[in-house]
Amino acid sequence: MDRALYAMLREKAREIRELTIREIGQLSVGHIGGAVDLAELLAVLYYHEMNIDPDNPAMRERDRFILSKGHGGPALYSVLAMKGYIDMAELDTLNRPGTNLPSHCDMNRTRGVDMTTGSLGQGFSCAVGMAIAARMDGLPSYIYTCIGDGESQEGQIWEAAMLAASHRLDNLIAFTDYNKMQIDGYVEQINGLHPLDKKWEAFGWHVQSVNGHDVEQIVYAIENAKKIKNLPSMILLNTIKGKGCSFCENMLSSHSVKNITEEMWKDAVARLEREEQ
Amino acid sequence: MLIEYGRQDERICVVEADLMASASTQRFKQIFPDRLINVGVAEADMIGVAAGLSAMGKIPFTHTFSAFASRRCCDQVTISVAYAKQNVKMVGSDPGVSAELNGGTHMSFEDVSIMRNIPGMVIFEPVDSIQFRKVFPQIVEHYGPVYIRLFRKNAWSIFDSQEAFRLGKGNLLRAGKDVTIVASGIMVKEALDAAECLSLEGVEAEVINIHTIKPLDEQMILESIARTGCCVTAENASVVNGLGSAVADCVTAGHPCPVLKVGVQDRFGEVGSMGYLQEALHLTCSDIVQKARQAIALKNG
Repeated sequence: MDRALYAMLREKAREIRELTIREIGQLSVGHIGGAVDLAELLAVLYYHEMNIDPDNPAMRERDRFILSKGHGGPALYSVLAMKGYIDMAELDTLNRPGTNLPSHCDMNRTRGVDMTTGSLGQGFSCAVGMAIAARMDGLPSYIYTCIGDGESQEGQIWEAAMLAASHRLDNLIAFTDYNKMQIDGYVEQINGLHPLDKKWEAFGWHVQSVNGHDVEQIVYAIENAKKIKNLPSMILLNTIKGKGCSFCENMLSSHSVKNITEEMWKDAVARLEREEQ
Repeated sequence: MLIEYGRQDERICVVEADLMASASTQRFKQIFPDRLINVGVAEADMIGVAAGLSAMGKIPFTHTFSAFASRRCCDQVTISVAYAKQNVKMVGSDPGVSAELNGGTHMSFEDVSIMRNIPGMVIFEPVDSIQFRKVFPQIVEHYGPVYIRLFRKNAWSIFDSQEAFRLGKGNLLRAGKDVTIVASGIMVKEALDAAECLSLEGVEAEVINIHTIKPLDEQMILESIARTGCCVTAENASVVNGLGSAVADCVTAGHPCPVLKVGVQDRFGEVGSMGYLQEALHLTCSDIVQKARQAIALKNG
């Protein structure tokens, strides 16, 4: 049973990654590194963990996902299209004039997006507010949110982190896309976060650290987090920026890649398909 | 008032940033303990949390001093609230010179201009508690961000309880034909006093209270200017992009004529009593009188 589940989630992650490479590749430019590295997390959330209904995106008791690192939007759009929130064909409109799929997530434009994000640090505060509201109303909802490691340099992250712990928000499950890179270089060389797990523990959170590209580990960590009472959860996803995208995997330049040719992105997609076989 | 409406509408909640004592929201906390969240000294987080509450269907009221409600969390207000179309009501207290002994660091002359720049923002500055009480339910009713520039000290009572107020509509306080004085907040009393002084000189000033600085009641202003042919604005805020600028924008487009601004002339504040600061920063009745004379002279060429 579990083996079938994990195989399915791996397949979904591959599809998310492939669609995201195509979305950004067709445009030739975009925040590809920090989008494709979210594929496993998004597969686990949208195909296993979250209580959601694509036919009823406003369902009150649904779980929410706030992609606080809003530049990962294209990866979220991939999974939203796969789930039927938006048409697959819409993915081809990413960042084109008049599109409903802008670089950064916009809840008023894209069906299925739970919060407008992009100015870093802010979505995380909103997630804390949502978790407080869910508890006020006695909703069964879990609020999931994903922040970036570069984003963790924002002071607002830590303001919200303190509040979440003070309010014992055990309905809040957060992830850090810990790929160790940011626009200008390696996080540790710019303004280091190490030891990030200890920091979150010191802020009163339950912390787990997993391989962010292993769906089994992510599922296990979320199940663990759900058992923890009175503490918000942080799951550090050790990821590789650009993971699975042959022309930018593990490259500092992967944050925003320009001049992506058709040959480059088609080759990257073909490699993913070969790996699958 | 919050408590009264809090009883009627359980969506109303309060997000505070360690100023409960000064905003008297403590009683709200006693009555609705789960509906008041004090985030501590963390204004950016206050706005983010409020946006999250709104996204879940709540009507959050945030509160901090006007300086911090605007410049401290400008990006959060812009993106998490206004751009995300969230229904957050932001109270900024002790605007302009009413920060008094808190001095320059706490003295917001720029809050109106910051908020005015944000698309979709409604800016409301009540003159007295009667006006605030009457407009409050309209603020609750209005879906979208509202900035409430709240003077909490002993405001002069200008209005009686029979007066009607509409969010987005000005109030004509005194009719006149020579000059229009458009005032907000504490400057309304100064404007009315100025009109009295001017009447002794045979000048009939029309006085309008604009409590909703955005969206501006352009119709009332243009109709008045059509009668008077010149205008003086009076605000307890910077003349850069505040009420005066809003009125000037409207007048230059609709009925070009002299508009002179009484307000803080692009400078920082300092410690002092309101009386001292109003004198020092030229926010008094006599400043309005002077500008009115100038405006009339300009009109008459």
